[in-house]
Amino acid sequence: MRRLTPYLLALPSWMWLAIFLVVPLAAMASVSLQTGNVIDGFVMTFSFSNYGDAISAYGTQFARSLLYGGLATAAMLVIGYPVAYWIAFKGGSRKSMYLFLLLLPFFVSFVLRTISWGFLLSDDGILFGTLKGWGLLPPDFHVLATAFAVVAGLTYNWLPFMILPIYVSLERVDPRVVEAAQDLYATRSAAFRKVVLPLSLPGVFAGVLMTFVPATADPINAQVLGGTGNTMIGNIIQTEYLVNNDYPTASALSFTLMAVLLVGIFIYARVLGTENVLEAAAR
Amino acid sequence: MPGPYTPALIRGMTQPRTRRDAFRIAGLSAAGLALAACGVQGQKVAPPKADAVADFWSKQKKNGQVIFANWPEYMPEDKGPLEKFKAETGISYEYKEVINENAEFFGKADPVLRAGQSLGYDIIVMTNGIQLQHMIELGYVVTLDQSKLPNFLANAGEKYKQRSYDPGNVHTIPYTSGVTGIAYNTKYVKDDITSIAALFDPKYKGRVGMMADAQEIANFGMIALGIDPEKSTEADWQKAGAKLKAQREDGIVRKYYDQNYIDAVSKGDIWVTMAWSGDVFQRQLAGEPVKFVVPDEGGTIWTDNLMIPKGAANPVDAMMLMDYLYKPEVAAELDEYIQFVTPVPAVQDLLRKKADSATGEDKQALLDMIDSPLMFPTEADYAKLRTYTPLTTAQEQVFNPIFQSITQA
Repeated sequence: MRRLTPYLLALPSWMWLAIFLVVPLAAMASVSLQTGNVIDGFVMTFSFSNYGDAISAYGTQFARSLLYGGLATAAMLVIGYPVAYWIAFKGGSRKSMYLFLLLLPFFVSFVLRTISWGFLLSDDGILFGTLKGWGLLPPDFHVLATAFAVVAGLTYNWLPFMILPIYVSLERVDPRVVEAAQDLYATRSAAFRKVVLPLSLPGVFAGVLMTFVPATADPINAQVLGGTGNTMIGNIIQTEYLVNNDYPTASALSFTLMAVLLVGIFIYARVLGTENVLEAAAR
Repeated sequence: MPGPYTPALIRGMTQPRTRRDAFRIAGLSAAGLALAACGVQGQKVAPPKADAVADFWSKQKKNGQVIFANWPEYMPEDKGPLEKFKAETGISYEYKEVINENAEFFGKADPVLRAGQSLGYDIIVMTNGIQLQHMIELGYVVTLDQSKLPNFLANAGEKYKQRSYDPGNVHTIPYTSGVTGIAYNTKYVKDDITSIAALFDPKYKGRVGMMADAQEIANFGMIALGIDPEKSTEADWQKAGAKLKAQREDGIVRKYYDQNYIDAVSKGDIWVTMAWSGDVFQRQLAGEPVKFVVPDEGGTIWTDNLMIPKGAANPVDAMMLMDYLYKPEVAAELDEYIQFVTPVPAVQDLLRKKADSATGEDKQALLDMIDSPLMFPTEADYAKLRTYTPLTTAQEQVFNPIFQSITQA
């Protein structure tokens, strides 16, 4: 009995996974190979060409999503690492308050926050309207409806998910190892490069993982902040499902997106080293 | 494309889930499972037999409550008509502004209705078009009991009793009609816009808004080319698609909008845009610098329709409310607020009487409404207005990609 206990305790989560992950995935795989339409119904025809058709029709949006997701992730890393570093090493007794402030925006819904950016960045809104009024910006200047706005929106929305894991790994760096490096005549930058940075890599790995995947698949930022030619793959899947009721194409696209992301992550994990991955996963 | 901007969604994100919602979500996932297990069953239904309809209605009784799902800004804020209905009939109501787009609404309703479950609404409102056609073809709409529609039969205009998409008012009755035309921001646009060519004018490069909906944008592409959408062919769609594509590639279009175009044009993010008449009037009343015109080349007219979804819990109460909205004084109160085209012609006289006894700004506002060709179109105005392209399911699969490849590039 005692040997079974851990398994029994894990049973609810296995059931959860089975019901809410495995079954829907199987369902989606099945639908992605069917053909038909919403009026006459869909039948299983093992139509693997659904995948080819979907990818050739929406290859551009696929590539664009990966690009935007990648750019946003890079931006988050550049912005987030120093923030995490500062909180971890210079935060002192106020660390928890800074972390709380970081998470504060998350008490407002994701969609609302994005829409608020839409208002803030409006051509003649509080920000640009004022700057244009002072003659600091040309009257035609706009940020909304550009690729920049979409990437910036993605960056803003997932930034905390980049900062938190990096913070956790930096937090665990013993300040004495930095001192030791300096005692051994390492310059400040060498101590950072050779000691702190490698020790924080698992956090970076986790941060990139937690931000790149949702940023790439997100439809909201492109829709609220983007213009023509900024459509991402998430928008396409939404349209195929809700507007065209073309469930097979929507499923095929979702599966392809998942596969692309999984392969990407796998390669990324190999490049960054399995140990780091395991260590990151162990947290 | 379904809009994240929509007020109903915002409310949805900010309000606690009720138990009914939880059941509905559970129902959705159950429906998803059923959908996947063995393919999706075709459900196209034959028109119901007359005695089956009579049988259905003979089993229904008044329950004293009704749940009405509608579009935003489609009911006076004090819910006047609904309050009066409650006072006169003792039927309590729940009014929900949950419908923002036909496609999105159908996309969410389809799995639920397909699984034989109830949407939780007794009345829904949908525009004539592809999705309404699907609702009827799939048997998702309750056949109306014609004997319960005395006000409708007495007071609706002839045009609104004879609609090509629902002959004989078997499934639906109109809620209101409206016109798709052009709106522009008078702070930035000094000329009087009269032609649809303004939407394609390089002068407004990057300041033009077009609609994301495939049918809406297709209509305007065709009207700009002098093609009547109702009689259009595949070759016409291709031509319209090419014109709209060129418009995008020249950088004229800023964005393809859903309901949020009205905010964008009021704020000045866009200067000229495709627009729905009533939205623009409401903003004008709020003092915003926007103006609406039907282009000389023509605009489109559409009708939003009341119907009872299959599985509704209170169909009798629903029919009573639907018919109640056709009392001229109720229709007048409604139309004074929503400012689209009412299906009840008597409203014009009622508003005129009200204007006679009003003074100052109120009087002027009422007089403007009475004279507006967009609230009370004359025969000549109707002649300028086109209707949507009727599409079969097979045609839809050609039509949609042509225009979505433009709006979703």
